[in-house]
Amino acid sequence: MKFPVPHDIKAKTIPGTEGWERMYPYQYQFVTDDPVRNQYEKDTFWFYDGLHYPEPLYPFDTIWDEAWYLALSQFNNRIFMVPPVRGVDHRIINGYVYISPVPVKDPEEIGRRVPNFMERAGYYYKNWDALEAKWKVKMEATIRELEAVKIPRLQDMEDMSVVTDAMGESHGYHLLKNYDDLINLGIKCWQYHFEFLNLGYAAYVFFLDFVQKLFPSIPAQRVTQMISGIDVIMYQPDEELKKLAKRAVELGVDSVVTFSQEWTQVEAALKKLPKGVEWLTSLDLAREPWFNISTGTGWFHHDRSWNDQMNVPLSGIATYIGKIKQGISIERPTAKVRAERDRITAEYRGLIEKEEDRKQFDELLGCAKTVFPYVENHLFYVEHWFHSVFWNKMREVAVIMKEHGVIEQVEDVWLLRRDEIKSALWDIVTAWATGVTPRGTKTWPKEIVWRKGVMQKFKEWNAPPAIGTAPEVIQEPFTIVLWGVTNKSLADWAAVQEVKDPDTITELKGFAGSPGIMEGKARVCRTVGEVGLLQQGEILVAPTTSPSWAPAFAKIGACITDVGGVMSHAAIVCREYGMPAVVGTGHATKIIKTGMRIRVDGSTGAVTIAR
Amino acid sequence: MGSVTEAIGRTPADRVKAAPPVVCWFEDCGKESVPLVGGKCASLGELINAGVRVPPGFALTTEGYRRFMAEARIDREVRSLLAGLDAEDHGALEKASARIRAVIEAQPFSTEMEDLIAECYRKLAVRCCVPALPVAVRSSATAEDLQGASFAGQQDTFLWIRGVDELLVHMRRCISSLYAERAIAYRAHRGFGDAEVAMSVGVQKMANSFTAGVMFTIHPANGDRSVIVIDSNFGFGESVVSGEVTPDHFVVNKVTLDIIDRTISQKQLCYTVDPVTQKSRAMEVPFERQRVQSLIDDEITQLAWMGKQIEKHYGRPMDIEWAVDKDLPAGGNIFILQARPETVWSAKSQSAAAASGGSSAMDYILSGMLAGKKVS
Repeated sequence: MKFPVPHDIKAKTIPGTEGWERMYPYQYQFVTDDPVRNQYEKDTFWFYDGLHYPEPLYPFDTIWDEAWYLALSQFNNRIFMVPPVRGVDHRIINGYVYISPVPVKDPEEIGRRVPNFMERAGYYYKNWDALEAKWKVKMEATIRELEAVKIPRLQDMEDMSVVTDAMGESHGYHLLKNYDDLINLGIKCWQYHFEFLNLGYAAYVFFLDFVQKLFPSIPAQRVTQMISGIDVIMYQPDEELKKLAKRAVELGVDSVVTFSQEWTQVEAALKKLPKGVEWLTSLDLAREPWFNISTGTGWFHHDRSWNDQMNVPLSGIATYIGKIKQGISIERPTAKVRAERDRITAEYRGLIEKEEDRKQFDELLGCAKTVFPYVENHLFYVEHWFHSVFWNKMREVAVIMKEHGVIEQVEDVWLLRRDEIKSALWDIVTAWATGVTPRGTKTWPKEIVWRKGVMQKFKEWNAPPAIGTAPEVIQEPFTIVLWGVTNKSLADWAAVQEVKDPDTITELKGFAGSPGIMEGKARVCRTVGEVGLLQQGEILVAPTTSPSWAPAFAKIGACITDVGGVMSHAAIVCREYGMPAVVGTGHATKIIKTGMRIRVDGSTGAVTIAR
Repeated sequence: MGSVTEAIGRTPADRVKAAPPVVCWFEDCGKESVPLVGGKCASLGELINAGVRVPPGFALTTEGYRRFMAEARIDREVRSLLAGLDAEDHGALEKASARIRAVIEAQPFSTEMEDLIAECYRKLAVRCCVPALPVAVRSSATAEDLQGASFAGQQDTFLWIRGVDELLVHMRRCISSLYAERAIAYRAHRGFGDAEVAMSVGVQKMANSFTAGVMFTIHPANGDRSVIVIDSNFGFGESVVSGEVTPDHFVVNKVTLDIIDRTISQKQLCYTVDPVTQKSRAMEVPFERQRVQSLIDDEITQLAWMGKQIEKHYGRPMDIEWAVDKDLPAGGNIFILQARPETVWSAKSQSAAAASGGSSAMDYILSGMLAGKKVS
């Protein structure tokens, strides 16, 4: 199966973006001046990572792509010695990330890697719980370290304490050093991110693979249901909102909490009441760490946390207060969910005919259940908690750059690569020390204006889902389970991309995320800030959802997302609420408009639009 | 099993003789009744006793069949006609079959047997509160429907039969179908002796089906035991069983009862009862209904649930015929007409999916990684 040649795609430069390559690391480029590398790139299968990157990458945000390029690959290839696969290679065209698993081709080498893999991966699987407990300690320490990183302002005259403490260092030096610390902590956090993830997914993938061999028609969502945790910490932020709603009713301040959708007004009003102050104390306790939940996936600088956008959790609390007032239970039906999970597992197990298959089922299920909580829980620590703190630390760096005239707006900082920021900080610090004007004040603002224009053009570009040459066999577990790369899925994406007029599309296909059928009015919410507009029973259409969207699910009748698989947040929550979800449709938010009547079939993954 | 003899043979004289009954209610049969009432009727009795909703009816037993064949000495005539017959000689086979069938169909039952049958038919009509109750008359052979020997459909079925006289005629036609040319040839090939094959005739209330079809409690295409597959069309199930239309097709998750796949086909034809002749006949489905889903989602779920119970009762995947009765209210209108063990996948010995090297999770993960996953 052949797809367009990557270099041909790249050669068709979008007018006005010439030179865009300098916005990204040089090793991310498809090349024509190195025949060996060029041939490798042509013979390789590259697919667009739309799962993580629905939009083109800002230069700074490339940090997490580089972080996982390194971390995933090293754990596969240098630490656990996964026999048939090395790492995952990366490229960028027009801001869109293309990735490709790199196989081990020599059968003898694969054989040599087997005993190492069995020993090393076996060690992790065997000691999983103890190692995971260690992981939590390491991870929390890393976040504390991050929170402690100080980004110093540069004073015209350094503080007297520099002299009296005989510091022997300036805040200029601290700025450079602490910026490095910030970046290094980010990279470290992503090292931990992948310590367990590959193995966790492998256990899941092969449990899925085994069960599908036994039951070819089993929906993946049912397999996930058998191993999903019930008390995963990703539910905790939402639980905190429910607690706060109950607390508000108990204290009799619920009418104050709900009187406005504007947090600053609500907070001011609460501060005037003794019971209000008491409630605010409860709120402060919940905010750390639980309000570090991102309103997006956490992968991008524009994904702000609840702490940054208090109107979002406020609207959730108000929804729950409304339910309590109407006498509707807001508790998660955990006992019911658990009983249903156990029933489903037992019934499938009962349908297995062979004793040896039943034994294998038990082994794989046990393994998957041990490792799966990590697969779900790491998201909160890394993508949400760490990232939310990290983006704001970076904004502190940006404030200093703006003070020194190198950028015009704080949010301009994301248009620079992290090594360019380091250079700019050197420019600022040396100029500050010397008492001259940084050179960057004349060069960066102009470059940033140009880059903004480039980003806009990139956003309008349609990234082809696959380029290069498709292999016959895919072994890398992530490729299979996360990206669901199959010829069929590629063809489906391609089909929608080819439709010229989105207004004529009447059917969209996605993954069957949560079973059931629902017909109703669509409400397109591009960000979590828009969920306040949802009316009871509407069908939510979103790019993707994350735990910070949780309160929206208390209102809606069904959910559709652009990006995500059967293990995505929307699918998991909908299954729990027993409402249909179709996930990973690719283009739902572009095609469906608010107010349209649509039909969601969460059992087959079909969305029908009434035109 | 005492109930079988008690059901009909209620006179002390019968009990003394302990002769098998001539007729027998379905509910008095069970899976061990095959020699007496054939596979089909035994299975219906088994279903009724398992709590499955089945249209009521009764059987002319194999004893009744033998008596009928013996009383008019038809059996001897049949034997002499079949003696020395070459199963490959179509002409001879055809002639013998036609002769036997004519003899059987022309011969009335004895008065005693007629009375027994008429009495059952009357009671059935009273039970259903329908005078001249329309019934289905089906053969139920002792060698039919058994695992590995599925010659389902080899005998005839007569639908929409009303009144005792019509019933008696069609029961004899049913018996005669045991000697259809292809049935004789089939037995010869399979090595079943004609004398060993006995016949029972089932008489069952016609389900006045709005929609009907078949259901497998295993995926017929891939042997997946976690699904139930349903094919349905408007009217009687004939159109689905015979393959005359492409039916609507549903795949239901057996564990959760979700509908995981559905194909709504264009159904141009269905079988309904002719209001004048009171016979089943093919008719064109009105154009605007051809693409309408013939079974609503609630019915699909309920039917699949029934399929699951039937499979649980028999402990093996089943092949089931069903109907939704148009005269009865929702909730009590889905009937099972027939259930027999699925034979195709059950006969295959399936290889294990487990890793061959060892059964630990690591063994499987490693073997899976080494095999990779085909992109398809």
